[in-house]
Amino acid sequence: MKTAVVVFPGTNCEQDVAHALTTLGGEVELVWHREPDLSEFDGVVLPGGFAHGDYLRTGAIARFSPIMAEVERLAEAGRPVLGICNGFQVLCEAGLLPGALIANRDLAFICRFVELEVTDTGTILTGAAQMGQRIRIPLNSYEGNWVDPGNSGRVALRYLDDPNGSQGSAAAVANGEGNVVGIMPHPERGVDELLGSGDGRVLLEGFLHSLVPA
Amino acid sequence: MTTATQPLHRRLGMTDEEHESVVGILGREPRPAELAMYSVMWSEHCSYKSSRAHLRRFPTEAPWVVVGPGENAGVVDLGDGWLAALRIESHNHPSFVEPFQGAATGVGGILRDVFTMGARPIALWDQIRFGPLDDPKNRYLFNGVVSGIAGYGNAVGVPTVGGELEFDPVYAGNPLVNVMCLGILRREQLVLGTAGPPGTVAILLGGATGRDGIGGASVLASASFDDESQEKRPSVQVGDPFEEKKLIEACLELYRRGLVVGVQDLGAAGLSCATSEPAGRAGVGMEVDLDAVHVRESGMTAPELLMSESQERMMAFVAPELVDDVLAVAAKWEIDSAVVGVVKVGDTLTVRHEGTIVAEVPAASLADDAPLYDRPMQRPEWIDGVWERPAERLGADAADVLLRLLDDPGLGSTSWVHEQYDHMLFLNTVVGPGSDAALIRIRGTDKGLAVSTDGNGRLCYLDPRNGSARLVYEAALNVAVTGARPLAVVDNLNFGNPEKPEVMWQFRESVEGISEACEALGIPVIGGNVSFYNETDGVDIHPTPVVGLLGLADPMPETPPRLSRAVAGMEIWEIGPPPTGNLAGSSVQRIIHHSMTGRPTPPDPDSAIRVVQLAAELAHTVPVLHDLSDGGLAVAVAEICIASGVGATLIETDGDLLFCEDPHRFVAVFAPGTLPSAPELGRMVGTMGGDDLVLGASVPIGVAELTETHRQAIPRRMA
Repeated sequence: MKTAVVVFPGTNCEQDVAHALTTLGGEVELVWHREPDLSEFDGVVLPGGFAHGDYLRTGAIARFSPIMAEVERLAEAGRPVLGICNGFQVLCEAGLLPGALIANRDLAFICRFVELEVTDTGTILTGAAQMGQRIRIPLNSYEGNWVDPGNSGRVALRYLDDPNGSQGSAAAVANGEGNVVGIMPHPERGVDELLGSGDGRVLLEGFLHSLVPA
Repeated sequence: MTTATQPLHRRLGMTDEEHESVVGILGREPRPAELAMYSVMWSEHCSYKSSRAHLRRFPTEAPWVVVGPGENAGVVDLGDGWLAALRIESHNHPSFVEPFQGAATGVGGILRDVFTMGARPIALWDQIRFGPLDDPKNRYLFNGVVSGIAGYGNAVGVPTVGGELEFDPVYAGNPLVNVMCLGILRREQLVLGTAGPPGTVAILLGGATGRDGIGGASVLASASFDDESQEKRPSVQVGDPFEEKKLIEACLELYRRGLVVGVQDLGAAGLSCATSEPAGRAGVGMEVDLDAVHVRESGMTAPELLMSESQERMMAFVAPELVDDVLAVAAKWEIDSAVVGVVKVGDTLTVRHEGTIVAEVPAASLADDAPLYDRPMQRPEWIDGVWERPAERLGADAADVLLRLLDDPGLGSTSWVHEQYDHMLFLNTVVGPGSDAALIRIRGTDKGLAVSTDGNGRLCYLDPRNGSARLVYEAALNVAVTGARPLAVVDNLNFGNPEKPEVMWQFRESVEGISEACEALGIPVIGGNVSFYNETDGVDIHPTPVVGLLGLADPMPETPPRLSRAVAGMEIWEIGPPPTGNLAGSSVQRIIHHSMTGRPTPPDPDSAIRVVQLAAELAHTVPVLHDLSDGGLAVAVAEICIASGVGATLIETDGDLLFCEDPHRFVAVFAPGTLPSAPELGRMVGTMGGDDLVLGASVPIGVAELTETHRQAIPRRMA
């Protein structure tokens, strides 16, 4: 079972995500954004960073990268598709997740640990966690404030003490089927107690468990 | 006053004597493009003409030095094939003129210095100094600089893991913005800034060349500020972290695949530097075609093209048969590239523009023949008077003083700053911002790199030599309390106007102090930067050398000491020479007494060496170690209480001893009976426990109040 970790120009968390998934037993390959074919992969992660510089609205250019047609195809086929931070923003821009991510309430970048609570265990990210489980992992974003005018998102994780103004304190959001998930905090930064927390493991393990042979 | 009626060399910031030297080298009047090249290469910023003679004093050799001063970054051997590259730079004047872009391009420049060496940049530090935050101008500058560092560092994808923050009225007219970058590499990936043998092709990679930053080195960085300085805004460059990110990845692929002979980044002095320096180092000539340079605006003149400091550009020197491979790597990473020159036999740098030769100069003369000034020095008369007036004693309630210190933005929590920086990327930040030193692991090894940066303008004002030496010792102790042993130093020497003999004396004394301390610790200076002309309207800043010290923990402690690991019942020990109670140069003088008198306690090399060894050993077993510096014992213990969420009672009741900042001391906190014997040079000064910090007879302060005061020191002023 193989996961594609997509690298846009300007992506910067790809090595961290690959390291975390590999540590947890996953098989991972970094895939450049011009790659037109993901048929050999069972799932996809869009990692954090600043795809194409994010000088326009975040993710607005990345959604037109050649690889995104393949990401959409996998999402529609029910494959696990996970967007972390900037990847979450790209998935919203691509219409694979509802809502949009706007600037944080206090108009400042936030890099610190945040406390989350699992509110839905029926997604590819939260399938290995318990309802109500507390998870402490780092947040690292400027545009992390999720708004969803249509109220159609499925909130998989919420902030206990909302740092950025997200609607419903949402920290992770899924599509109706639960196979496409965007999360603003970084689970890959929470897989090693030496760095402050191992709480992200249960999320990434959930993702790996959700992979089924293509 | 600059006017168009003055000769060109003066408009470019050159003296008449320097112009005469150029005539002597060329045997004729220089062409405009040639004069442009000499003006930037011979600027104070690029040539260190006022400081070079003194910088030779630094000890620069050690068996583990791979590359010493003079290259883009210093490089040391970490063992097992790993090398570390370290570099520090100032972006003071650009940041005053345009704080966001000035700070942002400072980050971009320091990254290029490090990845030019073949290293992947893995961490950044920033050392920033401003006037007090009650002035809206200073708040604007502070906010702009922090946003600029965040905007560039976060987007380019290199974590900012620490730094320094100081507020003092002396920086109101001239803030200081220093940035430091650490990179790591495998030994076989080391690349130097050399042009290679004749036939080697020069390929310009990255951003297009525009008119931004023209004369940045000569006009902006190498002159003092006055009321007209705001008009220099066009000399500030504009940063593009996205372009830099692509450039980093492209260059690292070039190194991995062995496709380049040498690399030189384009920073200050732009193309002038990136052609002449590598050619000079390799002892060759070069032909450069300016028409091949990819530009972002039309109609640029040859001098403009040669002086432009447009960002995110690198010059790669490539064997002819590998040119296509290099161009393909550039295309893959979506960066522009252009073949702009070729290395020639001889020593002449020939530059063509629109079909004609615009410059024909000995390549090495731009770097090697730069003026060298032995500027007059004078010990200031006032210093004896200041020393003769001992520092006032505390004379106030210790609890009140402590709360006022914790409320100071230079001593309070830095979270307002460091939470705007991505400090966790790469999953290596074992100990991050807000600690004595950052500790960065090297994955796949047992090694950790500890880095501390230290500066203290007031200490160095009162005693430039001993103050500067104390910075080195403090930085060494900071890395030791994370379990590392000192390895190498870089320094950023921020001073006033070197044409004033008292400033030059301060500079010489500071270099002497840093050298003495490095010699005592047995560590080399592997690089540095000098920033002169930090004066506004005739007032110089305090002498503000900033020391960056790299330490190696091998092995890294399994559970490194942290301020947050104290629990009730643990004993608090102070380790090091007993304090004298001298408050000269202390935070109490700055915040409570508003004075600057007395002579700070001088360092003691023997004690310094001993405590560094002790701390590095204890770091493997003791849960909390904390260097004693700003605010002394009282502030150090308060910080442990805040981080651990537990109170403490200190036996010490003498206010002078609680707040004294004498050097070579640290605090160790551990459970009774967990050490085989009492720590050497140590005395028990208190115990952890309860919900309050108790300082002698003062009213106990709740940990909640300490925490809130500390946390709000910056936010309540910026709101």
